[in-house]
Amino acid sequence: MMRRIDAMQAVYGQLEDCAVVTIMGAVAAELQSLGHQKNFFYLQHAMGLASSMGLGIALARPEIKVVVFDGDGSLLMNLGGLTTLARYRPRNLVHVVFDNESLLSVGGFPTATSTGSDLAAIAKGAGVPRVSTVRALDEFKAEFAAAKSSNDLTTIVAKVEAVGPSGYVTDLALLENRYQFARHLKDIQK
Amino acid sequence: MPVSVSSSKLIYGVLKDSGIRIVSALPETWLVHLIRMAEDDPEMTLVRLAKEEEGVGISAGAHLAGVKSAMLMQNHGFLASVNGIVSCAQLYRIPLLMLISARGTFGERDPWQTEGGGVTEHVLEALRIPFDRLESQDEVARKISKAQTLAYAASRPVALLLGRDLMWEEAS
Repeated sequence: MMRRIDAMQAVYGQLEDCAVVTIMGAVAAELQSLGHQKNFFYLQHAMGLASSMGLGIALARPEIKVVVFDGDGSLLMNLGGLTTLARYRPRNLVHVVFDNESLLSVGGFPTATSTGSDLAAIAKGAGVPRVSTVRALDEFKAEFAAAKSSNDLTTIVAKVEAVGPSGYVTDLALLENRYQFARHLKDIQK
Repeated sequence: MPVSVSSSKLIYGVLKDSGIRIVSALPETWLVHLIRMAEDDPEMTLVRLAKEEEGVGISAGAHLAGVKSAMLMQNHGFLASVNGIVSCAQLYRIPLLMLISARGTFGERDPWQTEGGGVTEHVLEALRIPFDRLESQDEVARKISKAQTLAYAASRPVALLLGRDLMWEEAS
C-alpha cells in the first residue's frame, strides 16, 4: 500500500493548471509540505464540503480543471453530495478520495471503510461515470492522468496507509489562503 | 397550490438582476415556483441538493471562483446547514445569501413545521447572521439588494426569511 503524501507527490506536477481543494488535517498539511501553490485551497473544517466546494468551482468555471483531495471520513459525512456531484457531472472535476480507513487526524478511529463499506461502489452507485480503486503509486499516477484528460467526472479511491504528519497547523493563515486562491482564480479568468 | 406566483416572480427577478447565476435548492412547497423559474432559465444553473449543507460548499466554491450564487431552502434546511455555515462560510468569510422560507410561523397548519419555526430566528441570532423578514412585495427588491450589499461588504452570510404573507395566498 502507498502513503498519501507519496501519492500527492506523484501527481504534484499535474496540479499546476488546476484549482485544487483539499480537506482538513493531514491532507492539507501534507500537500503544503510538498509546496504550497496559490491554486491550492485547504478547507480546514466543514468536513464533507470539499467535494461540494469543488462542484461549485467546477460549475462556476467550466474552463478550469478542478481537483478535490477528499478522504474517507469526510466523504462519509457527505455521501448525499456524491449523488449531487454525479447528477451535475462536471466534466472538469477529478475527485480523489484518500481512503486510510480511519479518522487519522482526530485519533485514528476506524471508519466504516475498515469494515467493508466500499466508497468506489458507492460512487459508482451514485452515478459517477468514471470510478476506480487504486493501491499502488504508479497505478494512482496513471489513473490521475487518465482522469484529467478524460473530460469526464472521475472518482479515484486511493487506498493509503493510515500515517500522517506530526502536526496539522501550518504558518499559512486560513484567510490568507482563501483570498490568495480567489485572487488567483480571478487572475486566470479570460 | 396557493403559493404566490407573483411574489416568486418578483423575488426571482431581483435575484437574476443582481447577477446571481447559481442557485442551489431543496424542494419545499413555498419555493416550488422559484425553483421552477431557476430550472427554466438557461442563464441560471440550478443545483438540486440532497441536503442543504452541500449548498454552502457549492456557494463558497462559486464565490471563490467569481460567480454569485444564492441558496433557497426551508428553515429546517437552514438548521441542517449550521456546521457548514459556521465552519465554511463564516470561517472563510463567504458572502452567502440565504433565502429561507419561514415555515412554522403564525398561520402554520402543518404540525411538523412548528418546532423549527420557533427556533429559526434564535439560531440566526446565535450565529450572528444578519437577517430580515420579507413579508410584502413592496419590500422585496429593496431588502434583497440591501442584504447583498451587506453580505459583500462584510464578507459574511446573510439571511432573508420569506414570510407566509409574501409566499402563500390563502384560497378565498
